[in-house]
Amino acid sequence: MLIYSLKRLALAVLIVSVAMFLLFTMIYLIPGDPASVALGPRATEAMREALLVKMGLDQPVWIQFWNFFVNAWQGDLGTEILSNRPVFHVVMEQLPWTLALITGGMVWSIALGIPLGCWTAVKRGGLADRLIGVFSVAVIAVPSFVIAIYALLIFAVSLRWLPAIGAGDPGNLGDQLLHLILPSLAVGLGWVGYIARMVRASMLEVLEAPHIRTARAFGLPDRQITYRYALSIAILPTVTLLGVGIGQMLSSAVFAEIVFARPGVGKLVYDAILTRNFPLVSGAVLVTTALFIAINLVADLIVGYLDPRVRSRL
Amino acid sequence: MSDILILVFEVVSKHLGSLRRVVAEPLGAVGLIMVVGMIAGAIFADFLTAFEPTRISPRDRFLEPSVVHLMGTDQLGRDLFSRVLHGGQIALSVALVSIAASLLIGVILGLIAGYGPRWLDNLMILLFDAIKSFPTVMLALALVTLFGPSLTAVMIVVVLVNVPGYARIIRTQTLALKSSQFVTSAQSMGASTARVLRVHILPNSIGPLLILASMDIPVVIAIEAGMSFLGLGVRPPTPSWGAILNDGFTAIRDTPWIAIAGGVPIILTTLGFTFLGETLRDIFDPRLKRRA
Amino acid sequence: MNVLEIQNLNVAFATGGGFLRALKNVSIDIPEYCIVGVVGESGCGKSTLINSILRLLPENGSIDTGSIQFEGRDLAQLNLSQMQGIRGSRISTVFQDPMDALNPVLSIAEQMLHIQYRSDLSRKKKNARSIEMLRRVRIPDPESALKRYPHEFSGGMKQRIAIAMAMMMEPALLIADEPTTALDATLEVAIINLLKELQSQIKCSMLFISHHLGLVAELCDEVVVMYAGEVLERGSARQIFHDPWHPYTQRLLDCDPASQTLRTRHLPTIPGEIPDLRRDQEGCIFRSRCQFCEEVCKTVPAEVETEGHHVRCHRLFQ
Repeated sequence: MLIYSLKRLALAVLIVSVAMFLLFTMIYLIPGDPASVALGPRATEAMREALLVKMGLDQPVWIQFWNFFVNAWQGDLGTEILSNRPVFHVVMEQLPWTLALITGGMVWSIALGIPLGCWTAVKRGGLADRLIGVFSVAVIAVPSFVIAIYALLIFAVSLRWLPAIGAGDPGNLGDQLLHLILPSLAVGLGWVGYIARMVRASMLEVLEAPHIRTARAFGLPDRQITYRYALSIAILPTVTLLGVGIGQMLSSAVFAEIVFARPGVGKLVYDAILTRNFPLVSGAVLVTTALFIAINLVADLIVGYLDPRVRSRL
Repeated sequence: MSDILILVFEVVSKHLGSLRRVVAEPLGAVGLIMVVGMIAGAIFADFLTAFEPTRISPRDRFLEPSVVHLMGTDQLGRDLFSRVLHGGQIALSVALVSIAASLLIGVILGLIAGYGPRWLDNLMILLFDAIKSFPTVMLALALVTLFGPSLTAVMIVVVLVNVPGYARIIRTQTLALKSSQFVTSAQSMGASTARVLRVHILPNSIGPLLILASMDIPVVIAIEAGMSFLGLGVRPPTPSWGAILNDGFTAIRDTPWIAIAGGVPIILTTLGFTFLGETLRDIFDPRLKRRA
Repeated sequence: MNVLEIQNLNVAFATGGGFLRALKNVSIDIPEYCIVGVVGESGCGKSTLINSILRLLPENGSIDTGSIQFEGRDLAQLNLSQMQGIRGSRISTVFQDPMDALNPVLSIAEQMLHIQYRSDLSRKKKNARSIEMLRRVRIPDPESALKRYPHEFSGGMKQRIAIAMAMMMEPALLIADEPTTALDATLEVAIINLLKELQSQIKCSMLFISHHLGLVAELCDEVVVMYAGEVLERGSARQIFHDPWHPYTQRLLDCDPASQTLRTRHLPTIPGEIPDLRRDQEGCIFRSRCQFCEEVCKTVPAEVETEGHHVRCHRLFQ
């Protein structure tokens, strides 16, 4: 287990490094140098030179990359152009909002997806199975920002059941949760479909296994066979899938934050693009990418822990 | 290039007779109707509406849907029905061009990874994994900062997102076929690498790839609409469903029909292509179900 | 007294090519405290027989006619919850492949606890009972074995654990479905002895399915020979092995590698294949492969019984 974990960790570090390299290449290719952008059109040539030296942009490319690389691993993503604050701090300030949104999306997708998948597997072939099947395909296909806007239109604007914009009063947890319902549904609804399909498929496979026949031959109650004996195995691939799911939810979160005018990393990046605040864009993208890779790593390790077969083999 | 086109054509025409099987499935039939309707609307846009999609008419601002303006008008008095139909042209062309480009690049990279030396294979897999590890929208945002908002930027995003997956499939198939008997025997008879790839390996791996690519069409349409919604895709006043949706979102409290005009085509098109794609996959290659 | 009486059981599967008659007029008696062996080639209906008794037939299979009398009830008529009450407590089963017969993500302790769900004992007493059963099947260090997971045991150990689980509720009937086929030959004898020992301690009957004739001869009191869904011959082990009447039984015994006295390169086989069960077969089911086939065999089925020795063959009339 330890060796396996270390190997996975090393691979994750390698992938983050390659991602850093790709990102650096992108920034480097941006036409116009960051110094002129930061200083505006009225800056003198001397001011520009000074800032270039300060930002280390007078060095050869490979030294620039090395500095970027070393600093990034130490959490130093440079300073933001507008307010001169460290990018890392600015991103970290917004991250909890995005994480709350994604957690909400996960809650929706797990709380609805697993029961739906399990139920349709047990009742396979019936009308409910087919309808839920179409529902799953549909919510996967429709883009999350369309779901977000229509959720806003229906539940907040027309019906006025739920608040439309913002993240709720600071310090008022109930209000904040109320503000989280619609955005997290928009982020998680597609994954309700994914998880329902995944759980259904792997339940059908597990229910055919010899040990399920043994359990039936021992006269165990159907409920126990379905949930304790079959679902506990069928759920394992879903945990791995959730790691991927969080990455997609990070994408959907960008839209949800903009539509519902919530604070968060997505809103931060969007605003940074509009103001051409490049260090902030690349810093935020790097943080979310590293987060995504880390979450996938954790998901894999959780599967390893949950499945005794994997746990001891590794 | 022309070889690949001929190949694609052959695969498609071989399966054309199976259209009946698609229509036999309720979901496939529904999907086909939606897709055909959407394509027809886009192609015959100029015949179906008298309005110019970009003509501004200050007197007609925010008109509700009526017999004259089937879907109403937007904040600049432009006819939404016309904009929706012409937006379909944008969505379709982005999907076709960028998926074709992804396929071409993906196939080439996949063949190189699968047939080339081991170190190159490892390096490319690492690169693919790194690209895949960016959340899609984050990657798109990063690229837009690089290229500036444009249709080209959208297409580059799509290519970057799709190529790793396509290349991986071709690579896996190539690796499997490389050591198979008929390839070994072709090599032993002096066939060149290019010939082996073109005649033996490509035809055997292109089928599942085409099905996967067809299932990516709705995803690409969603990416285009999403980026245009953020104002990072097509430049105004070009009509795009995402842009219409953004116009509608800004005025959602007073004139909800604009948001409906922008969103409903996105929903119907992504659903139609997905239903059709799922049916095609189940019919032609049920094994892919597990992989997806 | 019979624990189980199967009478004229007919089971069919709905398949793409029509109905497949998997069991045809099968009658088997299992007397109290007796071990009854069922032998036959693969595809002869052994598994269908077990699944019918346990009512675990796949969705496309159904019991058409016939009865399965067990402790005063007809299993073929019970509803599923009544049947669930019998499985595991009155009728228990040991399956063929121990590798995948136990749940991989639950510990042995949990699985053995679950089997005792009907009992009112405390959790502690149930665990003590599990340990006692593991000790009886000679699992070394049963206390720590209880905490482990199935994949941590060898195939032979897993089969012992499966036997312990099956015997835990002291059933009246144990069904053993080729319990040694998937194991090394060296483990075979030990498992068989264990089954026999537990059977006599618990005083249950046993239905022992195998294609290993030597084992059946050694272990069983009565033997049933099945072919293509029919019982061709049944009787005491002595009658079947020393005085087989049916040509199929005779050929089967000839083909057993253990019965070969001369060293040869070629083992004898029975030429031909099992007939297509989706078509109605007239007359004797074995006639297409029988060297003694006559005109009467083609149309009229036969059934003879003397001193508990049943056989479906016309040759005895002559």
